[in-house]
Amino acid sequence: MDQPIEPAPCDAVAHLQWMLRARLLEERLSSLYRQGRIPGSVFTGRGQEALSAAIGMQLRPGDIFAPLIRDMAGRLAFGLPAIEAARTYLGRITGHMRGRDGNVHHGLVDQGMLPMISHLGAMAAPCVGILLKRKITGALVAGDQCVAVVCIGEGGMQTGAMHEAINLAAVERLPLVVVAANNGYAYSTPSHQNFVCRDLVDRALGYGLRGWSCDATDCRAAWQTVAQALAAARSGDGPQLISARLLRLAGHGEHDDAAYIDPALKAAAVDCLDQGRQLVLDQGLLDQAELAALHTTIKTEIDAAVDQALGEADPVASDESWQIFADPILAAGAGAQA
Amino acid sequence: MSSPEATTYLAALRQAMAEVLAADERVFLLGEDVEDPFGGAFKATKGLSTAFPGRVRNAPISEDAIAGAAVGAALDGGRPIIEFQFADFAICGFNQLANHAATTFWRTGKPCPLVARLPCGGTPGGGPFHCQMPEGWLTAHPGLVVVAPGTVQDAYELLRAAVACDDPVIYLEHKHLYYHLRDPGFSAGGPLLPLHRAAVRRSGRDCTVVTYSAMVQGALAAAEGLALEGIDTEVIDLRCLKPLDTETILESLARTGRLVVASEGWPYGSVASEVITQVCAEGFHLLDAPPRRVAARNTPIPFHPALWSAHRPDANAIQEAVRGLVNF
Ligand SMILES: Cc1ncc(C[n+]2csc(CCOP(=O)(O)OP(=O)(O)O)c2C)c(N)n1
Repeated sequence: MDQPIEPAPCDAVAHLQWMLRARLLEERLSSLYRQGRIPGSVFTGRGQEALSAAIGMQLRPGDIFAPLIRDMAGRLAFGLPAIEAARTYLGRITGHMRGRDGNVHHGLVDQGMLPMISHLGAMAAPCVGILLKRKITGALVAGDQCVAVVCIGEGGMQTGAMHEAINLAAVERLPLVVVAANNGYAYSTPSHQNFVCRDLVDRALGYGLRGWSCDATDCRAAWQTVAQALAAARSGDGPQLISARLLRLAGHGEHDDAAYIDPALKAAAVDCLDQGRQLVLDQGLLDQAELAALHTTIKTEIDAAVDQALGEADPVASDESWQIFADPILAAGAGAQA
Repeated sequence: MSSPEATTYLAALRQAMAEVLAADERVFLLGEDVEDPFGGAFKATKGLSTAFPGRVRNAPISEDAIAGAAVGAALDGGRPIIEFQFADFAICGFNQLANHAATTFWRTGKPCPLVARLPCGGTPGGGPFHCQMPEGWLTAHPGLVVVAPGTVQDAYELLRAAVACDDPVIYLEHKHLYYHLRDPGFSAGGPLLPLHRAAVRRSGRDCTVVTYSAMVQGALAAAEGLALEGIDTEVIDLRCLKPLDTETILESLARTGRLVVASEGWPYGSVASEVITQVCAEGFHLLDAPPRRVAARNTPIPFHPALWSAHRPDANAIQEAVRGLVNF
């Protein structure tokens, strides 16, 4: 443990693009919600895009990704088409969740992106199970193995489910990367009412795994921390715990005005997107005009995807089979009945 | 029922909490996001942490610990009230409720008086994990009392009675009723009512509809419609799902001879199936037609409002079932 890890280089422009795609998509979805066109609520990752995009971009085919509420950027970078996110929020029959599940509760199982259930902490153990199964069947090749990344907030880190799963991964020395995004609040509850250790990374020691801590409002720090933890996990170093500090720059969902957030924190908040823009300017990768053009291009692309989803069909109840079983024999029999 | 000054279901249950906190120093409240200024995901506890400093406390996202802490506090002479943010997440505290709270008195002779509040039931766009009715699995475990208020007055009465009860009580509060149900005639401060008695909400001669929680309103609406067709429906609000007030149900069936049990929950292993089983065992001779169950579809709860409405039973489904029995 604890040898230095050479981080993969960051393409700052590509990173910014994924952040921007997520931001613009979520802004469009939020405005649809305010127009009453999205049922339930919309949950954004505003302020957390740098971390989330860094994860999605650095995962490869064969890896497992269990994104959570704030991970639109990671989902898109991992390969979720923007239109699928819109279809899920709108409940379109054309979407991969077919109107059966909505908002952030979706995934692409075949591509290794697990569809989250709401119960916080519940996505970690399935990630461990995938890795364990691959270990047992000899599919984990030490040195450059696949990894599973599970995202969680500092609130969700306090579930028993999270604890059990991390410990199992540690015991089995599996390439699990836990990304704990401490965004200051779990719904209305400030972090100090969820945990009192100095930094969640301190828990790594207790579990016997390697920990990483970063300021994830800093695009480069977010990228490099993810890069290092992934490299360590791929190399056979066992589970990794990333503790990322940031601030939720939105309500818990768009129904929430977040009036409870400490005004001093709000005033001092850093938006990783602004930081990412500044970075590409400072590095001379883009100039102001190119940045503006990038914004326009992405906005056009996102609007086209959302507009297409808006034009698609809702599910029709009379077409629903109410069929629950996968097994063909059960499905042919009493499936819909119970 | 909808004058703006009338008391809401949510205000009634908040008032009950304020009263028990004021009257009994053993009472405290633990849950996620319950403290002011937020006052809970549904604002059920708004103002209470300010009015009762230190006794209304935010918990980490740790349902097992919240439920287990209530067990410990109850064993040490407390009267804890815990709030799960959604009934769906109570399943993460199920071990402490079902195996600990529920078994303690039977194993040791020491009561375990706690109240677990579970915001339950469907709202459009809630999806599979924010709309569940958990009474099926909670009533299956011996030792838990399960109540489900379907009126504003009962939101108040049943919560007071739950805190007074020496057993662990699961209090199912329906999210749709929070702001939608109002009662201009609400009155506080009366004597404690028994927890375990059903109430006849509407008398009728032709058919009995047994129901609870938000479906009480659906059943009353169905009965109004059926009255126009000349069908006289009796509506029984169970109030308490365990133990069941079978006596009130059988008395009603002695008048009507026909039974529909309506619930928003899933059909399998449900309160509805238990009511029908008990009626068949003890009141088969009273029945003129086979009892019917009106329940949700046997799938997870869909997100899209069109699927959601088709998944859950409504007043129309109740009317259809009653008509079927009357024409049997
Ligand atoms: C087991 C469980 N309990 C409660 C909830 C309700 N809930 C949904 S999100 C949330 C706050 C989550 O906070 P955190 O984990 O810090 O993530 P953030 O929303 O800040 O990204 C809560 C309490 C839940 N989804 N699952």
